[in-house]
Amino acid sequence: MALVFAIAASSIVLLIAGSNPLRAYGDMINHASKLETMVDILNRATPLFISGIAAAIGFRMNLFNIGVEGQYLLAALVAAHVGGLIDLPAPLHVAVILLVGMTVGATYSGVAGVLKVSRGISEVISTIMLNAVATSGLIVAGLKLWQAGGAVGGNVTRVGTEEIPKSGRIPSLNSIVEIFTRDIGRDRKLTGVLIVAIAVGIGYHVLLNRSRFGYDLRASGANPFAAQAGGVSPKRMVVLAMVLSGAVAGLVGMTEIMQGGLFPANPIQGLGFAGIAVALLGRNSAFGAAVAALIFAFLDISSGILQNTGSASREIVQIMQGLIILAAVVAYQVTQRVRDREEAKAASAALIGAPA
Amino acid sequence: MNVVTYLKNMPAWARWALYAFVGVVVLNIVQGFDDTSLLTAEGSSRAMLRWGIPILLAGLGGLFAERAGVVNIGLEGMMVLGTWFGAWGALQFGAWWGLFFGALGGAMGGLLHAVATVQFGVDHVISGVAINILGPGIARFLSSEIFNVKFKDQGGSITQSPRVPTVGRFTFPFLAGGDLFGWKTPDLLGWFDKKDWFFVSDITGIARGLTSNMSWVTVFTLALLPFTAWLLWRTKFGLRLRISGERPEAGEAQGVNIYFYKYVGVVVSGALAGLAGAFIASQELSGIYKEGQTTGRGFIGLAALIFGNWRPMGIFGGAMLFGYPFALKLQDLEGKASHSLLLVTAIAMFAVMVWAILRKNRGDSLLAAVFGGLALLWYLTAETPPDWWAAILPYVIVLVVLIFFTKRLRPPAADGQIYRKGEA
Repeated sequence: MALVFAIAASSIVLLIAGSNPLRAYGDMINHASKLETMVDILNRATPLFISGIAAAIGFRMNLFNIGVEGQYLLAALVAAHVGGLIDLPAPLHVAVILLVGMTVGATYSGVAGVLKVSRGISEVISTIMLNAVATSGLIVAGLKLWQAGGAVGGNVTRVGTEEIPKSGRIPSLNSIVEIFTRDIGRDRKLTGVLIVAIAVGIGYHVLLNRSRFGYDLRASGANPFAAQAGGVSPKRMVVLAMVLSGAVAGLVGMTEIMQGGLFPANPIQGLGFAGIAVALLGRNSAFGAAVAALIFAFLDISSGILQNTGSASREIVQIMQGLIILAAVVAYQVTQRVRDREEAKAASAALIGAPA
Repeated sequence: MNVVTYLKNMPAWARWALYAFVGVVVLNIVQGFDDTSLLTAEGSSRAMLRWGIPILLAGLGGLFAERAGVVNIGLEGMMVLGTWFGAWGALQFGAWWGLFFGALGGAMGGLLHAVATVQFGVDHVISGVAINILGPGIARFLSSEIFNVKFKDQGGSITQSPRVPTVGRFTFPFLAGGDLFGWKTPDLLGWFDKKDWFFVSDITGIARGLTSNMSWVTVFTLALLPFTAWLLWRTKFGLRLRISGERPEAGEAQGVNIYFYKYVGVVVSGALAGLAGAFIASQELSGIYKEGQTTGRGFIGLAALIFGNWRPMGIFGGAMLFGYPFALKLQDLEGKASHSLLLVTAIAMFAVMVWAILRKNRGDSLLAAVFGGLALLWYLTAETPPDWWAAILPYVIVLVVLIFFTKRLRPPAADGQIYRKGEA
């Protein structure tokens, strides 16, 4: 329903801009059905999905981790730096990089969690501030400090941290995909972080729905007082949820550093905020977030083709994304109200009409 | 403790003036160590005002929304809309129209936020995040449709506009030698400043920076400050708007149309954020619309709002405090003044420590001592602080303020809560 509304709203924007919405959508779908484009979409969806799960962990507990943005950038920077310094056998090297990323993300979000329980500072405000501190302070400082000299990887334009050796990178999944399909052309590489993302998704689902911790978390989110009466320490849950969310956030940047082998001077930003959108559209479920991430990735990737075919301007896509979030939350709110009303009606009908 | 109660009973303007006075004294002493006079120079205070104005406008915008009970994380997005519409209006119809359209663009963002949060009961933070994504998207889209087409030959593109005309400037008569109906008045503060008397000349230098050669937007914004205080705390309208943010159910019982006041609060909030954006795009700060030029100033406005405890004078204090490091950075090419600022930070932290000891709060005093010690250590070891320090200083200040004073801050009681008519 949210998607329907978003498409309708985007169509109106397209019409106002003087383009034919049907043609634009046709171009986008046509483009997306190519193998190379699908690889692009999956590469884009991977970090979006991880970021969405990071946000969803918070949402499940009624916590707004707006700070995924700062957490993932900081984590990717430190992880890339550490990965570039050491040289270990392949699986261990990768594990170290992932672990460093998760630790940094968890620590940074943990600050917000501790501030909330010990000082009563809203996590919305503290994570906004910490985002700014990370993006315009710590990362600038780190890049300056750890800047690899001169040209990196034979490519002068991509300056960043020291390059991670081959053993530290997750190999691309091209060879696996190519068993089933034709060869992937145009130098496209399906990111290996996809496997990490799938693991995160399954882990999230199992942890939340099949473990005692997940039950406590959901209970604290739904009714903190009842949970506390049931013996769940709300403070402990807040910190744990923030730390967990940050740890997952620490993996968001892995797609980029695994692909390029370094943390670039101009990293992709905005994945943290996009993750919030993914979590909202996916209603905090692992499967929903996966679908939402694919939709957003599809929109992102196909924005390029709109420009090429001239059927619309590519900037329309960002507007669509904003509208989809709003549409999704409004739609959920409205359906919730309708359901509440019907439930009340059914209950009163049952009460009045029951004896007969 | 007498001092504390005495301070508490002072009117807000006098209290903040006193804080500012103490601040200037500290700055004046500190800059002696680093052999710089930039901390209290006329240019610095003028730049501080110029950089502080958008923050102040955004902060006041946040005030209107949050006093009506709606958290406005979307200030940043509304500000971006303001930069685009401000630049476009100024190019199309002239400088004054630019300000009008900037405010209008921001107000549209505010209206969207109001519809989502008030009408549909969407979570305020979520709607704000959506607007922060939507704002830059709309600005970019419109740029590609208009700046990149109609103004292309004048240097417009998807990411920026041609140069934007601006409204005139204003200098206070008598105090700073401005014109009064064509008559050139004496420049009293300038005269003091030239005398170079210790301390007195510093004060007048700052005052002259704050009274001369400023944009009409600045004049308007400064006038807005007492007006907002009067409107929200001395009128029936203000009372009703504030009850929407404190106890909407109580207001409803009195027959107040809560939805209406929330709408007004949020739309005004958007308009002020938009005006801030138009100001940023005007000649005063950049002279063009450029993508990403707000650089989080909407969030800093939010920070000023919290720092100022949801009160106009406090927001003004916060805006100036946060504008100051940015202004200083531009003036200060050798980095000496920024270096001194570290010492100021250390002194401020030690002051907090003394305050905490007086209140017998051991944890806080220890924490403040650690922070103060770190700042002092940094001051002593580093020649100049890195250039990113000024960029994150506002956020660090807010975090520190929150750490020590959260329990003393008092946001509107129903701030951020979803209100629905007829559920009380």
